[in-house]
Amino acid sequence: MAERERTGMPPRGGVFVPRTRVMDADDMRRAVTRIAHEIVERNHGLEGVAVIGLQTGGVPLARRLHDALASVGDGVDVPLGALDVAFYRDDIGLRPVLPEAVTDIPFDLTGLTVVLVDDVLFTGRTVRAALNALNDYGRPMAVQLAVMIDRGHRQLPIRPDFVGKNIPTRFGEQVDVADDGVTIGEIVRRQP
Amino acid sequence: MNGHALVIRGGEVVDERGRRSADVAIRAGAITAVEPGIDAGPGVQVLDATGCIVTPGLVDLHTHLREPGGEAAETVETGSRAAALGGYTAVVAMPNTDPPIDSAAVARQVLELGRAALCDVRVAGAITVGRKGAQLAPIAELAELGVRLFTDDGAGVQDARLMRRALQYSLALGVTLAQHCEDASLAEGGQMHEGAWSSRLGMQGIPAEAEELMVMRDIALVRLTGAPVHFLHLSTAGSIAMVRAAKEQGLPVTAEAAPHHFTLTHAEAKSFDPVYKVNPPLRTDEDVAAVRRGLADRVIDAIATDHAPHTQEAKEAPWDEAPPGMLGLETALGLALTELDMPIEAVLALLSWQPARIAGLGAEHGGPIVPGRPANLAVIDPSERWTVQPERLASRARNTPYAGRTLTGRARHTVVRGEAVVVGGEAQR
Amino acid sequence: MKHLLSIEDLGADGINEVMRLSDSFVEVSERAIPRVPALRGKTVVSLFYEDSTRTRLSFETAAKRLSADTMTFSVSSSSVNKGESLRDTVETIEAMGIDAVVVRHKSSGVPWRIASWVEASVINAGDGWHQHPTQALLDCYTIRSRKGDLGGLRIAVVGDIMHSRVARSDVEAFAALGAEVLLVAPPTLLPASLDGWPVKVTHSLDEVIGDLDVIYLLRIQRERMTEALLPSLREYRAIYGLTPERLRALRSDALVMHPGPMNRGVEIDAEAAEDPRSVITAQVSNGVAVRMAVLYLLLGSGADLVIGGDQ
Repeated sequence: MAERERTGMPPRGGVFVPRTRVMDADDMRRAVTRIAHEIVERNHGLEGVAVIGLQTGGVPLARRLHDALASVGDGVDVPLGALDVAFYRDDIGLRPVLPEAVTDIPFDLTGLTVVLVDDVLFTGRTVRAALNALNDYGRPMAVQLAVMIDRGHRQLPIRPDFVGKNIPTRFGEQVDVADDGVTIGEIVRRQP
Repeated sequence: MNGHALVIRGGEVVDERGRRSADVAIRAGAITAVEPGIDAGPGVQVLDATGCIVTPGLVDLHTHLREPGGEAAETVETGSRAAALGGYTAVVAMPNTDPPIDSAAVARQVLELGRAALCDVRVAGAITVGRKGAQLAPIAELAELGVRLFTDDGAGVQDARLMRRALQYSLALGVTLAQHCEDASLAEGGQMHEGAWSSRLGMQGIPAEAEELMVMRDIALVRLTGAPVHFLHLSTAGSIAMVRAAKEQGLPVTAEAAPHHFTLTHAEAKSFDPVYKVNPPLRTDEDVAAVRRGLADRVIDAIATDHAPHTQEAKEAPWDEAPPGMLGLETALGLALTELDMPIEAVLALLSWQPARIAGLGAEHGGPIVPGRPANLAVIDPSERWTVQPERLASRARNTPYAGRTLTGRARHTVVRGEAVVVGGEAQR
Repeated sequence: MKHLLSIEDLGADGINEVMRLSDSFVEVSERAIPRVPALRGKTVVSLFYEDSTRTRLSFETAAKRLSADTMTFSVSSSSVNKGESLRDTVETIEAMGIDAVVVRHKSSGVPWRIASWVEASVINAGDGWHQHPTQALLDCYTIRSRKGDLGGLRIAVVGDIMHSRVARSDVEAFAALGAEVLLVAPPTLLPASLDGWPVKVTHSLDEVIGDLDVIYLLRIQRERMTEALLPSLREYRAIYGLTPERLRALRSDALVMHPGPMNRGVEIDAEAAEDPRSVITAQVSNGVAVRMAVLYLLLGSGADLVIGGDQ
């Protein structure tokens, strides 16, 4: 979501033009499996662990991670939720932000270790908003961060716990994470 | 010195008799010569009328000067200045002041204030005491003072029997009753014209019938008594049709219409700005078309401004709390010239000599422009383009619905009783 | 979008956007701590010249749940000086530094006038007989939550249409979303002209009741009798009231709605108000979420978007 806001995708206008493929479908699959193992290792199992995807890019990834955790953890069905941080952003009024979808956290997260999942980690503002949002749902014991891509340019002291791939980028570039791969490109604005 | 105090030079003289290129010489309040090439001489004021029409001054049958009682919005002086700037040399002040002009004392007070005014200020007397519609006012006493028109304007006389008596009485005195046609029971609580817009905007409406019922009734009373009636501010197609029929039957009825009723419709209310609130209200496109047709074929005899100043505070209240009324003296001429598709003589007939006659002022106002007649004249530039700016109006109030509108046609000079009260669009005092 | 003065400001797209946003705010309202920081630092003022505790509280709750600061000026509590002109009052309030003013007034058009005098956003909470846009929005939202898309639904609005700002806003909103709107009222309670209204009209409720998806009952006020618009409230109930008999004739999947407060025993019988088809309480609870959506659109991160209507 950070990408979409920064780069003025519709309704502000602009088309993503891909330039370099940095991960393909197999790379992503392997990354998801590896992260699942790392989560189990780090938390000594899956007891008290929940997965929450950030709308919208983190949601399908959270689902894939949830399924990967099930196969790694002998069929454990960790609680899965989705979080939209539109109402928690610290740049309210600077750009138009409407929630992409409703937040759905169908469990009490007090005392749990919440693994936040997003597709791309960039400035860190989305994650910071997510931390604020989580507080309104309860008091997790710990929060860990899993991302497919860390592209640098952090503006806040936030670091990921689990990373699919580190990819250095220029600030103005865009990183697109799809089901079948990750591409770096740029937004070309439509003619007015 | 060759004795000409004022010369209007280089214009086209237009009056009821026709048009000719001529200069006009004026001395001691009267026209002394009307011919081309008048030599002004030293010490004589010259008014340049190049490209202009020189015409009898305009006469407004229907002005609210608000004095006594409403001086915050307008006074006789400020209203007369607005009139003169609008090309008017005479106005008839309506009696709905506080106290109302229902006695010789108040009439005298207003006439006295009018002596120092920038135009000729006459008054209309009330028909009933206090304008309450119950008892006849001392019409004869007021007629002694020269009052020729009587009306309860602001309200209509509701009681038919009383109106009949008033008409009979007026006939004997040779004065004319003027009616603000509004049936109070039908109009009660109404804020704007009853129709598609009032329904949409959620406002109580005043049906056209509120005006038409009284027009119908008074035509019948005219037929009954033989006395003349002048209908104030007619606004509906139905009213105008009835007046047309009455005239065809030879009945002594005359009628006037206000500029806002031939330029604006009830759609203006959608802004909820009470500057558009007026009584009778702005009506439909069909009504506006009927007013224009009525003016074109002289069923409507005169354009009268119904100049109704109100303080800014009063007009900033919510619509239903704000008083009705719009300014008109400084914009009437421009609106008539810009909006009515008529030869200028026809427009001037509606603004000058016809209202002069209805008001009983034909001896002094309304022309024709010939030596010997009192010098009450307007010099009009029919092609001057100007934009209405409320802050720059001479009226004390600002409630014009035409703010920002560009008009073509304006009075350049106005001469009242031989005095140039307006020169080059500027009031001289 | 700067103001919400009438449903016309939104158009179908705007109405749908508000409803979509309302889903998110319903979720917020269901949390243990029903609050988000979206309007932190913003001030929302209620300026209620007409007494209305429920609408005012609904707006204030909505503002508070968005973490905005609120202030109240209401005539009944005499913090609105009756002698002071409307313009002076509004300009004084704005001088205190506010972001939005929620206005309710007995005179049609007041919100438009206020919008021309102040920089703050203006939300119409009901002006005279004219508009009550947030009511229409929560009505649409309530219908949508039970029946999905409003397109093609047969909705009857019953009662004093002439004097009803709820009716005017609802008619515009329902029609914009493609519903078939039917007005049911005696001739004296219909507006003088229905030119351009996207509605059908009938004077007989019994003729149409069996076919309706939604029956929306308007409140009848006692004053209408003194104005010779109605012979008696009893007669009104007999012809236009939602009585037990009519309730039986209503389809089992139809909705019963009312903007409140109800005159039980006049336009709606107690039995009808308590019927399972009644969504009257849902209307009230949806009101907060819908008003949160409106405030968010005007003052929050949705503010820059151009939505529907004619801005």
